[in-house]
Amino acid sequence: MTDADAPLLQVKHLFVKFFTRRGTVHAVRDVSFDIARGETLGLVGESGSGKSVTAQALMGLIDLPGRITGGDVRWHGQSLLEGDGSLLRRVRGQEIAMVFQDPMTSLNPLFTVGTQIGEVLRRHRKMTRAAARTRVIELLDLVGLSNPGQRVDQYPHELSGGMRQRVLIAMALACEPQLLIADEPTTALDVTIQAQILELIADLQQRLGLAVLMITHDLGVVAGLCDRVAVMYSGKIVELATADDLFHRPAHPYSAGLLRSTPRLDVVIPRLVSIEGSPPDLVSPPVGCAFAERCHLATEECRESMPGLHFQDDGRKVACWRPFEAEGPAPVTAGEGGR
Amino acid sequence: MGRYLLKRLPQGMVVIFGVTVFVFIVTRVVGDPVKFMLPLSATAEQRAAQRHVMGLDRPILAQFWSFLGDVIHLDFGTSTYVRGKAALSVVFDYLPRTLQLVAAGMVLAVVLSIPLGLLASRKPGGALDRALTSLSLVGLSMPQFFLGSVLVIAFTVKLQWFQTGVGPLHRHLVLPAVCLALPAVGRLAMLVRSSMIDELNSQYVKVLKAKGMPARRILAVHALRNAGIPYVTLLGWEIIRALAGFTVVVESVFAWPGIGFMAKQAIAQQDFYLIQAIVFVVAVMVVVLNILIDVSYKLLDPRVTLR
Ligand SMILES: Nc1ncnc2c1ncn2[C@@H]1O[C@H](COP(=O)(O)OP(=O)(O)OP(=O)(O)O)[C@@H](O)[C@H]1O
Ligand SMILES: [Mg+2]
Repeated sequence: MTDADAPLLQVKHLFVKFFTRRGTVHAVRDVSFDIARGETLGLVGESGSGKSVTAQALMGLIDLPGRITGGDVRWHGQSLLEGDGSLLRRVRGQEIAMVFQDPMTSLNPLFTVGTQIGEVLRRHRKMTRAAARTRVIELLDLVGLSNPGQRVDQYPHELSGGMRQRVLIAMALACEPQLLIADEPTTALDVTIQAQILELIADLQQRLGLAVLMITHDLGVVAGLCDRVAVMYSGKIVELATADDLFHRPAHPYSAGLLRSTPRLDVVIPRLVSIEGSPPDLVSPPVGCAFAERCHLATEECRESMPGLHFQDDGRKVACWRPFEAEGPAPVTAGEGGR
Repeated sequence: MGRYLLKRLPQGMVVIFGVTVFVFIVTRVVGDPVKFMLPLSATAEQRAAQRHVMGLDRPILAQFWSFLGDVIHLDFGTSTYVRGKAALSVVFDYLPRTLQLVAAGMVLAVVLSIPLGLLASRKPGGALDRALTSLSLVGLSMPQFFLGSVLVIAFTVKLQWFQTGVGPLHRHLVLPAVCLALPAVGRLAMLVRSSMIDELNSQYVKVLKAKGMPARRILAVHALRNAGIPYVTLLGWEIIRALAGFTVVVESVFAWPGIGFMAKQAIAQQDFYLIQAIVFVVAVMVVVLNILIDVSYKLLDPRVTLR
């Protein structure tokens, strides 16, 4: 009973907490967003803002001491979190696939590339060993690995980081998923390889028509790839807008700060230059706006009560008591400022 | 592989040679087999005569050269404890018993340690984990002579379920095998536990879950094989320790007639020849086991190249 009109993926008021010795870490606090078929949504934010935890929660990959404490994730309108987990098991790797941050540790060192990609096909597509192998070679070719017929029998340690990330992308694409979650797929790679991998993802997305959730530090990546962007700050989404709106008219002071610290959007930079100050401790998040301490525009109201994520007139969503007006002068122009 | 063996075999020979020489020196310094060969009533002259017959009155260097010459021909002299028998053939008479005991002990250790370690790793810090961890600690910190004595008193003397010495396997082999296995079970189970916890928290397991692999396959195929690498190393050490030392204690406590038991007798009787033969055979087994450990490493882990 899938709902044909429902968005591909809906995240509704998601909460994730880690129950650690230090206290409860409120890693994801009331996060909501949708992804439509074929759409690319960017998820950006500083380190520790909860991007990876959000992504992993979508696939039910939060391990102890963490737990999803509230909200829902709906796939074609059906809850992935409720029930006995059979939907989640079916969807994982088949309809939703994920590529992780670190290609060096994402593969089991003891099995060949062919075995590790093949087991996805054998599980979800019930392929025979031989059929899976043929398909794996095709996939390795698809992601641009040279000599796929040879690579299929190699072990992870025989491949470079960039090659391993291609293998992981091939693995994610094996069952032609509808959604690819890419959690900073290029941070561990050097700059030229980064560009190649991003091009590969963009290209595959066009050819296969898959939706992508692209998690990144790097606004340059977002500019080149994404339709819409969600900006995350200390476990919350503070702005959700089209890429165009966000880059030209950021409404949240934090988004503006992020942009200001990106010198040129057409250049891929390895990491964001941070905004002054540091994010709050998520063990005891502030009652008011989490960004207030670092915000030049903050008032008493900002410190005392938490702004909700509300629609602006122009259709974007912002969680701020004093957002920049859409009409006003753009507070930031791309290209302004330096590192 | 060929090149590896070409390098390891001479190395092994050096080790065996070194150990043999060392034992030669130690036995000559501390002992005198004649003391126990002749009755207490023997006179000093009779003893000197016996020493002369055995060549023990020659200069130590001369003895050493003829010893080396004999060893090259695998002649370790005639045992004085088992009168008139070549020392090496005495060892081979008793070796099967020891191999039987070590094999039984180690099979038991493997069969117990893997499920126990897996059970404990299922919920780290949970009640079962804490109980099994404490139990392992008790097992591995219990001195074997004490453990052995307790087992003998409880099951042989009081309950009379088992017997010491040799006889039908189920009544005689069980206790010494358990005694040999228990400390190893403790160490191996702790290792299984900690490496499974590490493996199951590793990034590649997260990726496997994201791929939709069933938990059973992740555990039994992926994580277990990775955890197998340190396990094989430790198991190899356990076998070596059992062969090269623990059997002396265990075989003595249970009167199990293997080479450990014989080693104790040979030392008590200062039977140089038997001691040397036992040490030589054990050294050869240790060297071979080390090579086997390396080879099994290579079989388990494609990153390993044998050099
Ligand atoms: N296993 C865990 N135990 C305790 N806290 C955790 C755990 N995993 C994540 N967290 C906390 O959750 C918060 C969000 O982490 P997350 O990894 O999602 O950040 P991120 O935005 O992906 O950062 P990065 O860009 O560095 O990858 C952090 O404060 C982190 O300390
Ligand atoms: Mg992350």
